[in-house]
Amino acid sequence: MGNLQGLYGIWLREFKVFQRERSRVISSMVTPLMFIVLLGGGLGSTVDLGSLGGGFGYQTFIFPGILLMLTMMGSIFFGLYIVWDRRIDVLKEVLVSPVSRTAIFFGKVLGGCTDVLIQVCILLCIGILFVPTTPASVAGSLVVALLVAIGMVALGLSIGSLFESLEGFQVIVSFLVYPLFFLSGALFPLDPLPAWLKTASYLDPLTYAVDALRSIQLGIPPSIPLGVDFLVMAAFAAGMVLLGTLGFRRMR
Amino acid sequence: MSSIETSGLTKKFGNLTAVDSADLEIETGEIFGLLGPNGAGKTTTIKMLVTLLKPTSGTAKVNGFDIEKQAEDVRRSVGVVFQDPSLDTVLTGRENMELHARLYGVGRETRRKRIDELLALMDLQARADDVVKHYSGGMRRRLELARGLLHHPAVLFLDEPTLGLDPQTRELTWKYIKTISEQEQTTVVLTTHYMDEADAVCGRIGIIDHGRVVALDTPADLKHRLGGDLVCLKLSRPDPSLLSGLSYIKEAKVSDGQLALTVEDAAAHLPEMLSMLRDVTSVEVRTPTLNDVFLKYTGRQIREEEGGAGWQEAAMRHALGGG
Repeated sequence: MGNLQGLYGIWLREFKVFQRERSRVISSMVTPLMFIVLLGGGLGSTVDLGSLGGGFGYQTFIFPGILLMLTMMGSIFFGLYIVWDRRIDVLKEVLVSPVSRTAIFFGKVLGGCTDVLIQVCILLCIGILFVPTTPASVAGSLVVALLVAIGMVALGLSIGSLFESLEGFQVIVSFLVYPLFFLSGALFPLDPLPAWLKTASYLDPLTYAVDALRSIQLGIPPSIPLGVDFLVMAAFAAGMVLLGTLGFRRMR
Repeated sequence: MSSIETSGLTKKFGNLTAVDSADLEIETGEIFGLLGPNGAGKTTTIKMLVTLLKPTSGTAKVNGFDIEKQAEDVRRSVGVVFQDPSLDTVLTGRENMELHARLYGVGRETRRKRIDELLALMDLQARADDVVKHYSGGMRRRLELARGLLHHPAVLFLDEPTLGLDPQTRELTWKYIKTISEQEQTTVVLTTHYMDEADAVCGRIGIIDHGRVVALDTPADLKHRLGGDLVCLKLSRPDPSLLSGLSYIKEAKVSDGQLALTVEDAAAHLPEMLSMLRDVTSVEVRTPTLNDVFLKYTGRQIREEEGGAGWQEAAMRHALGGG
């Protein structure tokens, strides 16, 4: 009971921070919009995916991928932000309380997912302008976004719980965030890829999210059965949550 | 019943031994002062006792719970006011209190009543719904104190609780701390740079230097241990041997060009001493303070500005980080 109340307290804190730090929200929306408008508009004028793109223009084709980008980056950075909490000693107050490490972890995960899903909703609204949108596609997209958010927030928190400073931040971005994003096929279809790249892509759990999103939003037949997509995403989320729980337990 | 018991508690950071096999026993309801120069190991000791640091060796029990094996029970029993600010500057004062109440499972009814009560006590009601970012250093400190008292902890750890506070608030704070320790049998463990406050508030005092507890007693007995009053004589040729042979002189040395003596019952013996010396230009007699005790055991004077600077720096960092 005490843990549930504590978990709620932590979630509420995260939500209030999100509400008050508007600039953070706005800047996190700017990058995906630039990708859609500038990259989508620029490349879209020369690239024609033909049937691989399900008949859609490039701009519309990458929308599911950009939605994934917003979800994954927002989530992992939210998780990594715990290093900063720790640096300015905000976390100490929580760590010294009787709330279990597991409850703190879940409070943070829920907080991160809330932030990210609100941003995803904003992007989905913008998408109405050029992506076929139905209640079913919105619901499906949110489920995918939630699974990715759980996994990536938990991953960010796990990494964040190991570090005491933000020095390793750039390394994480270069060697983890970018590869995960580019390999997911967010910006291109997977089918024509050379074998080595394809293999690498299949090792990236986010590939399955992009595959599912494309099928849900654009009706492009999935390269992998949808069931497998969801299974992989759920397994990834569960694995990361387990990792994070263990990471938080040894945190002092 | 003892509230805190440590045995051989040790913390090493690489080659540095921050706390060196500390054995402490602190009674329930006691106000215990931990004094020492900066870097002596006070904060490290507290961090181990509140389970934020793992000891290298040794054990400790807080409120009957082992700090390693029953960490969550320990955390439920203690309240902490840290030396470095740990407020959430994005939240308001009241929200910081509410978060704390939720973390400690304080029920809604008690929560509202007690938060209002404590905010009033620390004179923060008027600004309770402002974001902490806009608070002054003193206000932040008061809010942290209010927060530490919120859940009626069995043991309250206060690391430099009055640093950066104005004299009135400081006095009020100590009064409140004394009241809760008497009425609710709360054990209080505190560190402070203000010797006079430690003297007035603490039932017992432990002096810690280089990680070791070098003295532990009531303030009165610690002062008594110095063996008498302090007499300072200014004369042209200060020489400790001038007064040799007087049995009531416990210690004689030259400090700052003056003859510094520790004398039993100085008032009665001063005339005789003065008659033996020529050309004394000034005499100072005083009863020893805790500062003298501190000097004797650590060889250093405690300086208030040391702590002050550290705290301000921390507050600055915090403000920059939060804002």
